[in-house]
Amino acid sequence: MSQQQTVLYDAQGPRARRRTLIGTVVAVIALLGLAFVVYRRLDERGQFSMEEWGPLIDPGNDAFDAVWRLIGEGIVNTLKAATVAMVLSIVLGTLIAVARLSLGRVGRIPLIGLVELFRGIPVVVLVYIGVRVLPDVGVDLRGLPGGQVFWGLVIGLTVYNMVIFAEIVRAGVASLPKGQREAALATGLTSWQTMRIVLLPQAFRTMLPAIISQLIVVLKDTSLVTFIANFDELLSQGESIQRNLGNPIQTFFVIAVLYIAINYALGRLAQWIQARQARGGSAVKATARGDLAPVRDGA
Amino acid sequence: MSPVLDNIDLFVDGFLTSLEIILWALAGTLPLGVLIAACRVSPIPPLRAFGTFWVTTFRNTPLTVVLVFCAFGLPELGINRSFFFFGVLGLVLYTSAFVCEAVRSGINSVPAGQAEAARSIGLNFTQGLRYVVLPQALRTVVPPLGSVVIAMMKNSAVVGAFGVGGDLWSTGQRLTSALGYETFPIFVGGVAVGYLIITLTAGALLQVLERRVAIAR
Repeated sequence: MSQQQTVLYDAQGPRARRRTLIGTVVAVIALLGLAFVVYRRLDERGQFSMEEWGPLIDPGNDAFDAVWRLIGEGIVNTLKAATVAMVLSIVLGTLIAVARLSLGRVGRIPLIGLVELFRGIPVVVLVYIGVRVLPDVGVDLRGLPGGQVFWGLVIGLTVYNMVIFAEIVRAGVASLPKGQREAALATGLTSWQTMRIVLLPQAFRTMLPAIISQLIVVLKDTSLVTFIANFDELLSQGESIQRNLGNPIQTFFVIAVLYIAINYALGRLAQWIQARQARGGSAVKATARGDLAPVRDGA
Repeated sequence: MSPVLDNIDLFVDGFLTSLEIILWALAGTLPLGVLIAACRVSPIPPLRAFGTFWVTTFRNTPLTVVLVFCAFGLPELGINRSFFFFGVLGLVLYTSAFVCEAVRSGINSVPAGQAEAARSIGLNFTQGLRYVVLPQALRTVVPPLGSVVIAMMKNSAVVGAFGVGGDLWSTGQRLTSALGYETFPIFVGGVAVGYLIITLTAGALLQVLERRVAIAR
């Protein structure tokens, strides 16, 4: 990315290179100055003391083992909730998309309404409905493995993400060349077989980057439960650690780094898959590059 | 739905406070996002690195973590403001990464030949930017930027859940926990509907805007 080609400027001549050099020096000084101001401020308030950091980074510290056991549990619970919600969203989303594609013009109206409805409600409200409202109206999930809050969270996340998946799958199938469906039907497959054997497998391949990007969104959204109920996911664990140790900056820094590490790795995986598909080897090469860029709006 | 109608004035207040959060956050995040995008496409390497760092950080951190950082971390540094300020600040920082990516993708979507053609007919840098590149980039930016903004409107509920009083979410919270109303009518009939009014209206406006600026390429 160092020699990034943009439309904004040409290859640089000697004068422009000199200007860039001056800009570089100024920018480095400004950024270092900013970093220094922040550093001084943190240091003045003793934020770099081992008292604050010890439990997180010093294996000899009394609290170290307990802290990292809590964090480990948090990561496991976060991943569990995200994975279950993801699998359910993909399954339900695919069903919605297939139904929407196979129903007629009138039949699909309620489904479009459903998609628009759930896409318009904040996911935190849906998680609240899953965790708090469902038990109040008599939906008892305590018997399931994982318990009430886990399934409430999963239901909230699933309802929100299944309609996003429905859209991803629909776009994926719609982006396939028309000949795929026509050829499948011509060989005598029924329309359901066409969908299952020919269209969906190809669509899923092109959708893989979008699916992984959405997994990042789901993973981040599991932390919303912190504000709603007790569930030992990563952020909640960080909350209880800093409440006991009194070091919010250090604890949340570590928590943030963990989230960033997991999500960054997933993001790179999505990019890698997309690049590989764009290079070829896929029957739907043309569509892999096109309009199925990963969906990563601020959700 | 009568629990909602009985408290309709509270809900209207909450609705307006939510709008207030959204407008403040928009006013902050759009300029900031454009600024970060400018860093990311600039010819100066350290600025590009800074932009990439910013986007990677805020895109991969949950909004909730950004919010707790603002609210628990900044006071430790001697920055004491209201929860409302910290809430909006968190939303601004978080959303700016997505705004940046939307704007950058718009700029990059303009084919390089456009700027080359502009230069070859004798337009200078500013003219080329003003008459050729930006008009095309802005149009491409509208749909992704619109969905970022709508996502931000929904995320304002997280700011409410985080403890900023008086918005739609907090109204629902107060009615159910302090005043003992049933959760179902309040949250399904009140809070969810309130947010739907915001997001569906914004979605409709966005569609009109998209149709108006649409270009065939």
